[in-house]
Amino acid sequence: MAAELPSGPKIPQRPAAKRENPALDNLLRFGKYFITRVISLSITLVIAVYLTVLVANMGGAVDQIREGQIRERIGLMALADPEIMRMPVEDRRAMEEELVRLEMSRYGLDRPFIVRSFGYLTRAMTLNLGRAEYLTSDSGSNQVKLIILERLPTTLLLMMSSFLLIFFISLYFALYLSRHYGSFMDRAVIALAPVSSGPAWFYGIFLIMFFAAVIGIMPFGGMVKAPPPTQWFRYALSVLHHMTLPVIAVFCSSLFIAVYSRRTFFLIYSTEDYVEMAKAKGLSPRAIERRYILRPTLPPIITQFALALIGQWQGAYILETVFNWPGLGLVMLEAINMYDTPVIVANSVIFGYLLAFTVFILDIIYAIIDPRVKVGSEEGRL
Amino acid sequence: MKRIANTIRDIKEYPSALIGLSIIMILIAVSIFAVIYMPYHRAIALWKGADNIWMDNPRNASPAWVNLLPGINIPETIVVDSAGQPGIKTITPIAAETKTVDFRLGFDYTYGEFPKEINIFFTAQYEEIPPHLDLIWHTPDGRSISLDSQTPKHSSTYRVSQSSRLQRRTGGLTPHIGLLAKPGSKPEVPLQGKYELEIQGLTFEEAADFEVKLVVYGHVHGLAGTDHLRRDLLVALLWGTPIALAFSLVAAVGTTIFGLIFAAIGVWYGGWLDGLVQRLTELTMILPALPIYIMVGLFVSRSIWVILLTVILLSLFSGSKIYRAMFLQIKEAHYIEAARAYGAGDFRIILRYLIPRIIPTLIPGFVTAIPIFVFLEASLALLGVGDPVLPTWGKVLSEAQANGALHMGHYYWVLQPAVLLLITGLAFAAFGFALDRIFNPRLRGL
Repeated sequence: MAAELPSGPKIPQRPAAKRENPALDNLLRFGKYFITRVISLSITLVIAVYLTVLVANMGGAVDQIREGQIRERIGLMALADPEIMRMPVEDRRAMEEELVRLEMSRYGLDRPFIVRSFGYLTRAMTLNLGRAEYLTSDSGSNQVKLIILERLPTTLLLMMSSFLLIFFISLYFALYLSRHYGSFMDRAVIALAPVSSGPAWFYGIFLIMFFAAVIGIMPFGGMVKAPPPTQWFRYALSVLHHMTLPVIAVFCSSLFIAVYSRRTFFLIYSTEDYVEMAKAKGLSPRAIERRYILRPTLPPIITQFALALIGQWQGAYILETVFNWPGLGLVMLEAINMYDTPVIVANSVIFGYLLAFTVFILDIIYAIIDPRVKVGSEEGRL
Repeated sequence: MKRIANTIRDIKEYPSALIGLSIIMILIAVSIFAVIYMPYHRAIALWKGADNIWMDNPRNASPAWVNLLPGINIPETIVVDSAGQPGIKTITPIAAETKTVDFRLGFDYTYGEFPKEINIFFTAQYEEIPPHLDLIWHTPDGRSISLDSQTPKHSSTYRVSQSSRLQRRTGGLTPHIGLLAKPGSKPEVPLQGKYELEIQGLTFEEAADFEVKLVVYGHVHGLAGTDHLRRDLLVALLWGTPIALAFSLVAAVGTTIFGLIFAAIGVWYGGWLDGLVQRLTELTMILPALPIYIMVGLFVSRSIWVILLTVILLSLFSGSKIYRAMFLQIKEAHYIEAARAYGAGDFRIILRYLIPRIIPTLIPGFVTAIPIFVFLEASLALLGVGDPVLPTWGKVLSEAQANGALHMGHYYWVLQPAVLLLITGLAFAAFGFALDRIFNPRLRGL
């Protein structure tokens, strides 16, 4: 579907008299747009991460992380040095304190916060936040970066599959409803649209109660049954089994509203004159839908979808905690419960990255489907 | 005025709007009732559960109304208190300072299930020597089982269910089962009839005295049941209503108004200011809002009002994108030109002409946004950064989750707050959707 669109019907080009090669020209414009977006989003992301760091340090949390790291290193150094170990306890303490003070000033930790905050910014951007205080990754490391990156794929697996399924199902379903406007199904979807006011995790609780606790055909949570199957095929099947309920939960919270608003768009656009014209020309309903209804409605639909997606990412964190899905959200909950500050800060940063990537990818899709971007208009942006 | 009348007439045509609106009215009424019936400080004190105020409640009890269902007869809690009830206590002096104080605490047990637990509470007054008590349990079929002897302190509890000595005496059964079981039944069934707890006490001082309270805990309690700390869930469910409404309304108003004002300023002045507002809107989009709320909750303050302030601050520019498109159209309208012609200042135009023009189109979105914040509070509670003192729906839900309510089958514990959240969300959403169709004529009839 998405792959079809770019090669779909061509928007009439402007008179190409002065243009040598319109295709190359388009490519150049697209390239320029692409680069502008990357730069502007990167700047935005840096500011967002900086704000995150500022919030995190409101209680002195980042300062504590840094001081903890330095103390740990100096403590290890002292243990490894027989000379220091032979000193009396008080002298050793005093010496360690002195070393910590020197290190703090070497790293500039005694400078005002505003200066230091930029150092934190670079560390946060590269997720170089040192070691977790309590949590470890599955491979046993306590590097914050590893803990976070290890959980990223599972989160992506769950959320991307739900997002894509919802996008395409809602699109086809909405087209179907706009064709059968006023039918029972249509009215049912309108009636069900308010159901989407609840977040996915909320429906997740109901689903777990019904399918796991009462009927017992679905697992309470987790990603794969224990012990994990060794054959890859059975493993995948078990993951699918565990994914079903969370995906249905996301469906409950987003499908009806998505179908409802898309159907409304389609209905509004299908009363346009050019659609009547196309009907008069005797085009097949499929062709009318694809060329005259879907094409102009896709940009606003993508915008809407983008906003919904960003909301969904927030919900994903809580959905994971409800379903015990071992992703970023669950690691966040674990970090909150153990007060593991480095992990919380890193998790917030990666969340910013996820949002920025979402906006970026949608920007690109937008550029592909919206002709205004091709002709270089400023408006063609999310 | 006419416009409002028209809107009310329109609302009447949408049944979903009427239902939504009536539910909202009921919720508001419940909030007012909650605040009057149980003042803030009392609600917080109750929820904190200090001074053992909930000791007479069973743990994890279902709501009492399940007993109204046909064929269900789940034990309710039986409390027999010697204080304030005449005829239970008999005092006979036997020496100068010594008295016997006897109690007979009787109750009828008519349920087909065993109680959850049995506790006996003593409150004694004495100077130096505490009274000595022997406890005897009389069953309806005439058996007498002697329980442990007690020397109660000023205020003490005999936990019958946890007494291992008693367990040996009742044939290895948990005492509260063993004491009520029909002899020889396998599996055990309770023997129905009149039970009596006899207490033979001796006091050794002139002014010494004591009172006894027998509590046979049932499996149901009150309108809403209890949680793992014996707290009556009704407190949280009732007080959760005003908190949810206040939080979500303030958040929805705050986020909408600022987005609106900034969008209007950007559009009106144009140029770099417009660019700045647009960039800030983009920034808001990719700001990791939820983690920031969590960090504020953890590092700064857990108070729900601090979180509320953060929510508003973070979304100052959130709506600007949607409003911008509308303002761009209105900016060119003739009446704006007229306003400019009579010499209206920039802010006068923005506040009196630009913003009021789009408020009708905004109300539906505003109403539909309310559930988002109702659920946000619950989400934060679920993640463990909920307000530590306030009883809210989210707190109940998160405690239920944390204590494995679904695994243990305590469905009422999850269902009640969840259904309240759902009803609130649905009511506002249904009302907002109907308003959307009324205020946006393009959607009318679709």
